[in-house]
This record gives sequence, C-alpha cells and structure tokens, in this order.
Amino acid sequence: MVATTDRAEASHDVVSGGHDAHVTNTGLSNEKVAMWAFLGSECLLFGALISTYLLYKNRSVSGPTPQDVFDIPFTSASSFMLLMSSLTMVLALSAIQKGDIRQLRIWLLATATLGGLFITGQVYEFTSFYREGLSLSTNLFGSSFFVMTGFHGVHVTLGVLMLLSLYTLSLRGKLGPEKAEVVELTGLYWHFVDIVWIVIFTVIYLIP
Amino acid sequence: MATQDVTRTKPKITRTNAPKKEEHPAEGEVVHVEHPSEGQYWKIFFILFAVTAVEVLLYYVPVPGVNLNNAALGILAIFKFVVVVGYFMHLKFDNRILRRLFVTGLVLAIFCYLVFLLTMGVFIDPPNARP
Repeated sequence: MVATTDRAEASHDVVSGGHDAHVTNTGLSNEKVAMWAFLGSECLLFGALISTYLLYKNRSVSGPTPQDVFDIPFTSASSFMLLMSSLTMVLALSAIQKGDIRQLRIWLLATATLGGLFITGQVYEFTSFYREGLSLSTNLFGSSFFVMTGFHGVHVTLGVLMLLSLYTLSLRGKLGPEKAEVVELTGLYWHFVDIVWIVIFTVIYLIP
Repeated sequence: MATQDVTRTKPKITRTNAPKKEEHPAEGEVVHVEHPSEGQYWKIFFILFAVTAVEVLLYYVPVPGVNLNNAALGILAIFKFVVVVGYFMHLKFDNRILRRLFVTGLVLAIFCYLVFLLTMGVFIDPPNARP
C-alpha cells in the first residue's frame, strides 16, 4: 500500500518536476506541451512578417531605403544584449533547479535588464529612423519594417513583464524550486524571441 | 526498504536505449532529463558571441574572389538558431513530442512562405526589374 502511494507520487514528478500537476499519458506537463505548440504557431506569425518584409523592401518608389537608415554597429550591440539575456535566462533556470533563490533573483533581474536595454535601443532606433524621414506610412519598406520589428518588440516587452513578475514572486517567497517549470516556460518564451531576432538580424540587417 | 527504492530510483532514459519509454513512460516512471552544466552554458554563449562577431565582420568585409557572403550569413544564422533551440531551450534533451510540435510549426512556416516568396518572384527577378 505504501509502495503504491510512493509510485503515485513518483508519477506526479514525471510531469510536474515536483509541483502539483496532473499525470498525463505522455509523461509531459500540459503547460510545457502547450508552450511548445504556441511557439510552433509563432513561427508562422513571424514567418509571415519576415516574408512580407522581404517581398516589399525593394518595392518602395521613394526613400529612405534600408541602406540609408540602418546602423549596423548599433543593432549588433542590441543583438549582443539579447543573446546575453538568453544566457542569463538559462542560468536563472539552473539556479532555481538547484534551489538557489538568491542566484535566481540575480539572473532574472539581469535578463529583464538586458531585455529592457534591447527595447530602449529599439525605441532609439525607431526615433532616429523617424527623424531621417522613415515612418510607418512613408513607403513599403517602412511599413513592413516597423510592423515586423514592432511585433518583435512587443514580444520582448511582454517577456520583460513576465520576468519582472517572476522576480516579484520570488521576493514574496512564492517562487521556490517546486515552481521551476514556471521559470522554464518563461525561459522558453524568452529564448524564442531571441531566435526570432537571430533571424531578423541576419535576414533584414546583414543580408543586403 | 523496497518502498524507498521505488521513490528514490530515477532511471535515465535516452533516445538510443528506450525510445518508446521516452514518449510514453510507464506510470510511476520518472523521466530524468540531463541538461548542460552552467559551464557548458557559458561555453555555448561564447560560441554564439563569436559567430555573431563573424557575421558582423562578413557584413563589412566581403570574402575576396567569391560572392558567398549571403550564403555564409544564412548558414551562421541557422547554426545560431539550432544551438539556442537545442541547448538553451533544451530541445536536444527533451521529449521528442515537444520537438515534433515545434519543428512542425517551423517547417510549415518555411515551406509555406518559401512557396509564397517564390510565387511572387522575390528570388528570381532582380529588384529593379520588378514592378
């Protein structure tokens, strides 16, 4: 009888990583499956935005063109910050899995800060483009560029808010090792916005 | 004593020795997934940083004699994408059901939009020849 109870508890661990959750047929938590399905669908969203940009970027009848406005050194620095934030995110997950809440807070805050710096850089970039005469309605390049990078920026902003929420929860003592999967799911979302930027940086900024 | 063995034993299941069990673990069976260590995460980051630096370098310095910069940039971006998904998102180590979910969306997106762009002649006509 005792053995049966323990087996049931162990089965619980299969899907929850320790915290309360259902036992599923696949042995995976429903939340994690849902997150990966969501990220798969996000590929279609960003695929549409990037394709639209590629279609329209050379069809503008008036300037400015990408070559006129892009500042590669500045965008490279922004890309570096987002890449660095992926590292800090995965270190936050590693910390909570070890039960080191202090380290978790440090890495969560570092990730949110790097994400915030990326967004600040994007706002600066948009402002400088606007001053150079490129707006959402100037030409096809402007429309497709601002919509695509704007959508990405919104995703990053939501990620920063999620990270700050996790940080607040940890301060209130509501984010212990038993909630490691919450950090993992937030991390999956955060890494996804990073890989989208990897594609955007190369396809939009570096490839002429 | 036997009871303790049941609760503490967490057998490692890998794709090579038990692919079926990875997808459908028996009730009570704990799937323990090994993730990279913190040191490995730092190494992966430095590799990604170096690749990004090479990308930016390729933007400014064309490879002499050949016009392969765009192809090289594309390959490096795919490399970075795969490394982040595989190691930082742990898809290399996680259950294959999760891999299939993500790859399905990704492949569908690539196929769908590649057909769309080819239909619109984006890769065929030179930009100045398009209306």
